[in-house]
Amino acid sequence: MIEGPTHRRAFFGVTKTVPRYVRLKHLIILSLLTALSACATQPKEEAARGEIFDPYEGANRTIHEFNLGVDRYLFRPASKGYVKIVPDPVVTSFNHFAENLTLPGQALDYLLQGNLKQTGNALLRFAINSTVGGFGLSAPADELNLPPVDTDFGETLHVWGVAEGAYIELPFYGPSTARDAVGVVFNLFSNPINFSPVRPVDNIGLYAEVVRRMGDRGRFSDTVDSILYDSADSYAQARTIYLQNRRFELARDDEDAYLGLYDDPYANTGTDPVRDPYLDPYEDPYAE
Amino acid sequence: MPNNLLNRRHFVTTALTGLTVAAMPLPAFALTEAGAKQLVDSVVTDITRIIDSGKSENAMLRDFQKIFVQYGDVPIMARYALGADARAASPAQLRQFTKAFEGYISRKYGRRFREFIGGEVTVRNARRIKNGYEVRTSVKLRGSSPFEVTFLVSDKSGKGKFYNMFIEGVNLLLTERTEIGAMLDARKGNLNQLIKDLGKTG
Repeated sequence: MIEGPTHRRAFFGVTKTVPRYVRLKHLIILSLLTALSACATQPKEEAARGEIFDPYEGANRTIHEFNLGVDRYLFRPASKGYVKIVPDPVVTSFNHFAENLTLPGQALDYLLQGNLKQTGNALLRFAINSTVGGFGLSAPADELNLPPVDTDFGETLHVWGVAEGAYIELPFYGPSTARDAVGVVFNLFSNPINFSPVRPVDNIGLYAEVVRRMGDRGRFSDTVDSILYDSADSYAQARTIYLQNRRFELARDDEDAYLGLYDDPYANTGTDPVRDPYLDPYEDPYAE
Repeated sequence: MPNNLLNRRHFVTTALTGLTVAAMPLPAFALTEAGAKQLVDSVVTDITRIIDSGKSENAMLRDFQKIFVQYGDVPIMARYALGADARAASPAQLRQFTKAFEGYISRKYGRRFREFIGGEVTVRNARRIKNGYEVRTSVKLRGSSPFEVTFLVSDKSGKGKFYNMFIEGVNLLLTERTEIGAMLDARKGNLNQLIKDLGKTG
């Protein structure tokens, strides 16, 4: 939703001296994992029902207000300007470019998940798009009918059996969970592109990602606006939309888990007019 | 005696037939997988036709509302969105709420369809679920990878209609229940006020 250039850049600023970077990286990951294990945990039965676990709602709402301010005065105007000035095909091209840069990192995540097929797929896409696709500015690999590539370290943790954890809204970044927040930070360091000996490549993935998010924010600005500014409780809307979408992504390969998410509106309403005469949902709403 | 029995059986059969007919006012309709797919196909075709019509936004939104009523099980959707508060509502309030909800949803989501101009919707597959069928579609918008839109279709209203929709896993009814709940909280639980305001929202 709302993205965090400053937030991420702060971490990247440290990467200038390699030995310090490595030590700091380990330190950060270690402290994140500690934090994750120390975090509030949701009772199992509530988690199984897919309930929202938001023990830090007060703090989250404060961050949400801050993020709304960032969006209103910085991100939204910048994004709208960007898609207005830059021609549409170029915006698409930049999207491809940013997407392509994430592929080596995604290949690593698939590897950590034990998914060798998708590791190869991600690397193959990266190789094709970077060469035939002109440094990834177009995505010829999309035409090859390869399965889609879309993963991150949050998913890796999910595959490893780490629970979703508390809902967290991150400053600049937007909705997340304890598990996904660890993933977001880990992925800042895990992309092999960042280990390239060629200096200018250092932060390019990050900048490209910010530009890509601006493209999406600009293109779908009415939809995002309607969630952030037109709803009665934008915090609750962003929270439910994020969690539903994230759970859907992670359950994608598990048809039964996905079906289990279907709530039955016909079940919990009085469809039996004898037992519940005032609640017959099929009475004619226009009668009278 | 045998005659009597026959008469009685005959009576029982007749009575049962009568009951069945009374319980199912539209017994001729049975939802099939093909029927569910067909329904979603029609919804998509009709929406595309409206988007391409080039009418004014208000005229389009009125057309979307007609489609919503024609293909959607609006009363059950409105009830679900209202959640627990539906139990405390009077029948008249429920009717007014359903009507207001119908307009609110049509306007809110109808406005979003503008972003679908030039998009392509493919109906992929259908499969049986408890209440009817789940129909999965794939939507391809310019410059972004395809995403999944799933319709849930049921004939529990007596007619094959969709009663929920998922966009990349985001449940329309659940999301609207959160939103309607927040609106109701903001009005201190005053349903009449909500009904009034809902007519101007979306």
